[in-house]
Amino acid sequence: MAKVMKKKVGKMKVKKGKKVKKRQETNGDSSGEMQEETEDFTAVSGAVRYDDDDGEEEDLNPEISADEEEANEEDERKRNKLVQAISSMGGGHRSTRLEERSEAVIQVSEFGVNAVGEGSKIELSDLIPTATKKAQKQIETLQRGRKTLDTPLSRQETERIHRDIAFQKVSDEVSKWKSVIKQNQRAEQLLFPLNQEPSGPKPMEHVVTAWKARTPLEQEIFALLNANKQPIHNPVLTPAEEESIKAMSLEEAKIRRAELQKSRALQSYYEAKARRERKIKSKKYHKVHNKAKRKEMLKQFDEMVKTNPEAALEELKKLEMARMQERMSLKHQNSGKWAKSKAIMAKYDEDARKAMQQQLELNKDLTQKVVTALNNDEEEDNEEEEGTEEVLPDFVNDAEKAENVANPWMRGKLTEEEQEEEKISMMVDEAVVIEESSEEEEEVNEEEALLREFENRRQRRKEEENQMADQDEEEEEDVVAEDELSEFTSIIRGLKEKPEELIVDNSMPLVEGLTRIQTFEDAENLDLEMSENIKDDVTEIVQLEETTKEPSPKKAKKRKRNIELKEVLTKEAKVVNVPLKFTTEEAEEEDLEDEIHQRGLIKEAFAGDDVVSDFLKEKRKQEAAGKPKVIDLTLPGWGEWGGLGLKPSKNKRRKFRIKTGPVVQRKDSKLPEVIMSEQRDKSITPHQVSSLPFPFDNHTQFESTIRCPLGRTWNSEKTVKKVTQAKVVTQLGAIIEPMGREELKKSQQNASHQKSQSQTATNQKKAQPERRKKQAQKRKKHRE
Amino acid sequence: MKVKVLSRNPDDYVRETKYDIQRVPRNYDPSLHPFEVNREYTRALNATKLERVFAKPFLASLDGHRDGVNCMAKHSTRLSSLLSGSCDGELKIWNLTKRECVRTIQAHEGFVRGIVVRFCGTSFFTVGDDKTIKQWKIQSPEYGEEEEPLNTILGKTVFTGLDHHRQEGVFATCGQQVDIWDEQRSSPIRSFTWGVDSFSSVRFNPVETELLASCASDRSIVLYDMREATPLKKVVMTMRSNTLCWNPMEAYYFTCANEDYNLYTYDMRNLEQPVTVHMDHVSAVLDVDFSPTGKEFVSASFDKTIRIFPKDGGHSREVYHTKRMQHVICIKWSADNKYILSGMEIFLLFSDPQLTHREREAINYSQKLKEKFQHHPQIKRIAHHRHLPKTVYHQSKELRVMREARRRKERNVRKHSKPGSVPVVTEREKHVVTVVK
Repeated sequence: MAKVMKKKVGKMKVKKGKKVKKRQETNGDSSGEMQEETEDFTAVSGAVRYDDDDGEEEDLNPEISADEEEANEEDERKRNKLVQAISSMGGGHRSTRLEERSEAVIQVSEFGVNAVGEGSKIELSDLIPTATKKAQKQIETLQRGRKTLDTPLSRQETERIHRDIAFQKVSDEVSKWKSVIKQNQRAEQLLFPLNQEPSGPKPMEHVVTAWKARTPLEQEIFALLNANKQPIHNPVLTPAEEESIKAMSLEEAKIRRAELQKSRALQSYYEAKARRERKIKSKKYHKVHNKAKRKEMLKQFDEMVKTNPEAALEELKKLEMARMQERMSLKHQNSGKWAKSKAIMAKYDEDARKAMQQQLELNKDLTQKVVTALNNDEEEDNEEEEGTEEVLPDFVNDAEKAENVANPWMRGKLTEEEQEEEKISMMVDEAVVIEESSEEEEEVNEEEALLREFENRRQRRKEEENQMADQDEEEEEDVVAEDELSEFTSIIRGLKEKPEELIVDNSMPLVEGLTRIQTFEDAENLDLEMSENIKDDVTEIVQLEETTKEPSPKKAKKRKRNIELKEVLTKEAKVVNVPLKFTTEEAEEEDLEDEIHQRGLIKEAFAGDDVVSDFLKEKRKQEAAGKPKVIDLTLPGWGEWGGLGLKPSKNKRRKFRIKTGPVVQRKDSKLPEVIMSEQRDKSITPHQVSSLPFPFDNHTQFESTIRCPLGRTWNSEKTVKKVTQAKVVTQLGAIIEPMGREELKKSQQNASHQKSQSQTATNQKKAQPERRKKQAQKRKKHRE
Repeated sequence: MKVKVLSRNPDDYVRETKYDIQRVPRNYDPSLHPFEVNREYTRALNATKLERVFAKPFLASLDGHRDGVNCMAKHSTRLSSLLSGSCDGELKIWNLTKRECVRTIQAHEGFVRGIVVRFCGTSFFTVGDDKTIKQWKIQSPEYGEEEEPLNTILGKTVFTGLDHHRQEGVFATCGQQVDIWDEQRSSPIRSFTWGVDSFSSVRFNPVETELLASCASDRSIVLYDMREATPLKKVVMTMRSNTLCWNPMEAYYFTCANEDYNLYTYDMRNLEQPVTVHMDHVSAVLDVDFSPTGKEFVSASFDKTIRIFPKDGGHSREVYHTKRMQHVICIKWSADNKYILSGMEIFLLFSDPQLTHREREAINYSQKLKEKFQHHPQIKRIAHHRHLPKTVYHQSKELRVMREARRRKERNVRKHSKPGSVPVVTEREKHVVTVVK
């Protein structure tokens, strides 16, 4: 059909072309008419002159008669032209009329001589110059649209076209099934008959909604029930009844709604607030926040002491419990995984150090003895008495507290380490020397400190016991409250700056004996001092170094914190000269050289390895491996004396030495450049696959499929089920209808639904074979 | 609120009988279960052997026709009935479960050429050599009632084939031309001709129900659309096709049984070359029928064998024959995908009685094992071994030799001629002469 259409179009084109030409001609005629006329006249005049010339020529020419005839004809022609010119001047109308007149002459003219058939017709083009522009356009379009009908195609051809079109239509229609067919081909399992209802329990809604009244009686009943709005499925209450139950008075409802609204608003408000607060990252804010909270708590506690001493007591007991638990547990002792990791990081990281310190502080706070006011007094006294004896400060209690780093007596082990590291990082010999000495000292110190600590504790315990006894006897209820308070304050005192001032009013002035008060500020100050000290040291070192080398000031600054590669590495690195890669420009310039160079490079690259000798070695190895070996099965001490220095007798050794059969000549023994494996087992080959089967690309693929077991001995029930499921499942006694159109719709629906899920599915599929491979590898390893 | 409820298949945890063993959790440590490939290989080998041992496909033969069976039809709604027409014009309806004839009708004079059951299963049509189309009730006449057709249409020429539309009361016949008939009218609503030839069979597409295809005696297969006035396309092959069958699950594929011992599966959109050439028969293939799942088809041949081909496989996976079986003219695959019915002998396809869950699982497992180790020579040998009648065996051998010789010659010609002058023609391209639009 298309072809035919083309043909038509082609024809049309040709016609149009012709028309255009014609039009041009006619236009030319019309426009250049006047010119032509003048030309004609000149031609005529010329011709007259020409005649004379001819006459002259006649003399020269022998063929006169022929010439005469020619001249006659020419005359005739000229005359005709003239007549034409005149007639055309006269206008078209006449000529048209003239055409009617018919005589037995070919050309009939107005003047009775002859007239030409041409030009007698009125061409549209003749009218154009006279017509208006609009009319001109109309005429043009009319001319363009003019068509003659084609001859009808032959029956065969038309039928062919019809067939072609029909086939196209049908094949398009049929192609709709492509997706369904592809889907089914790819499906892991196909269940027939199609459109089966899924087995297993159906959801309740389906069952209920699917049930319909079928028999006329049922229908009648249901019509009645529906009309009366009677409940059908759950015949307990009619909707009207339900409504009446639900109803409540308007006021009540309003109140309730208001309440609900209020509570909801409040809730949302609090939630929003909490969320906002939680989001704040500033530590300072939280610090301040916590402080404020603590203050609040303290106030409450104060009030509680006044109003409800029992509750306060309970609160205190809780605190005591917390202390006990803390002492029992390893929490906050810097012994956990987190703490260890932090300890590693602490060398380099300020934050890590701080975090550890905080942990330790927490521990300290929790484990600190709850000191009562009475105790304090006595303790103070004791301390005063013993103060002279115990010169050493009790840093042992807070051995792990690392705030005051500058003082070697005041720091625990961890901080010491830190300093060590810092020192190491400085890599100064002097420092190392000092450090070594300090370490020795420190060891001694530690031992002493431990001893002292034990002593201290023992003393304290005794005192406490004494105090308890005293308390029981002397002071009772009144004092208890005060004690508690003081206890409480002593707990918080680590965190607060001036707890004493607050509590002074209520109780005796608290003076800490054994426990030490320390604030963050102190610690920070100490840190600052420390860092200043270090800085001084460093600057000194730098100055020292500057004498030898001249590093930039920036480097010096860096050195304070980080480890310098140069300092850590003891050996100097060798400078290796590597041939640089050739650039393309060079290659262009020197092709030949490059080639030679390439060869040289290859030679260089393989200069070290001798391929031939390697091969020979390999072969020798194989041969050695293949040779029969002597197996010695002698066990010393069996059938004779055994022991040190005793060897089993020759006789025995001979007896238990097993020699395998005679040496079989290798297949490649006479082929020096070939290694032929002797491992091929002839007895197994008939059971092995000799060539790669069709769907597989390489042997590893095939082997991996063979390696994965399918049975339930090796796989879980679920995987076995999945792996062994049949590709096509049919039901016994169920007719499998051919695919219907509904399947097409279903697949179209599925396609859109599956697009979203396809990604996850593919991921899962990818994951599965990997898992299997892993399993197989594991199994292989086991066997090996 | 979304409530998720546990729902399990009781098959997974309930014992079949109380004597059955309880499910016990297992240790899947691979070191505890060594030699998995070897063990599975033996299992696969045993499974293939057992399959061959228990493969007894022949179920029963239905005796009763006094002449050869020329055509058969499955009942569209009942699995147990089968209709068969013989060369003496007799038609029998069989009950397959009881394996007995239910009803006998003297339907035509001369051959019964075609039978088809209406989609609703209440009546059926027959065509015969006496130029008539007859419509019959499926129900046997009551006592005293005469055995008479519901309708009889007298045609101008002999009808050779018949098929019914799947959803509408329209059927098609073929003979000198392909006619489409309305059940209510006595003249065809449409008749297609394309040149002068006779048609041997016509089949409606079961999926795109308005399409038909027919095999003509001028070695061509013609496609039609019931709604169009002209046929759609025609493919001319080297030899004549006897019958064809559309794939019931894949709308645009059909397979034709050819005289040149092969079957060809075509994509109707591209008739230039078949999608697959199925070869194994050693004589003309007379009939073909697709399995209702559309995965396989069965073919009957003049060489007295029946073969089952996978729809996209070049060679058959199964061959059936019996001693008393003659040229198999017609073949049908039962609608439940379980049986094959051939010119009056029934073959059980899959021995698939009511299996218990565990039996089914075991079968599935052994099936998978067979599949996994199918390339291993020992297993392959056993699985592929079939006993064939002597003639078929030798003829197939002969054919193989001939084919090889032809191939060799072609190769030699190609070798000794100007490169490119003897193009390589694939097996698929060989058999199509032209496609006429």
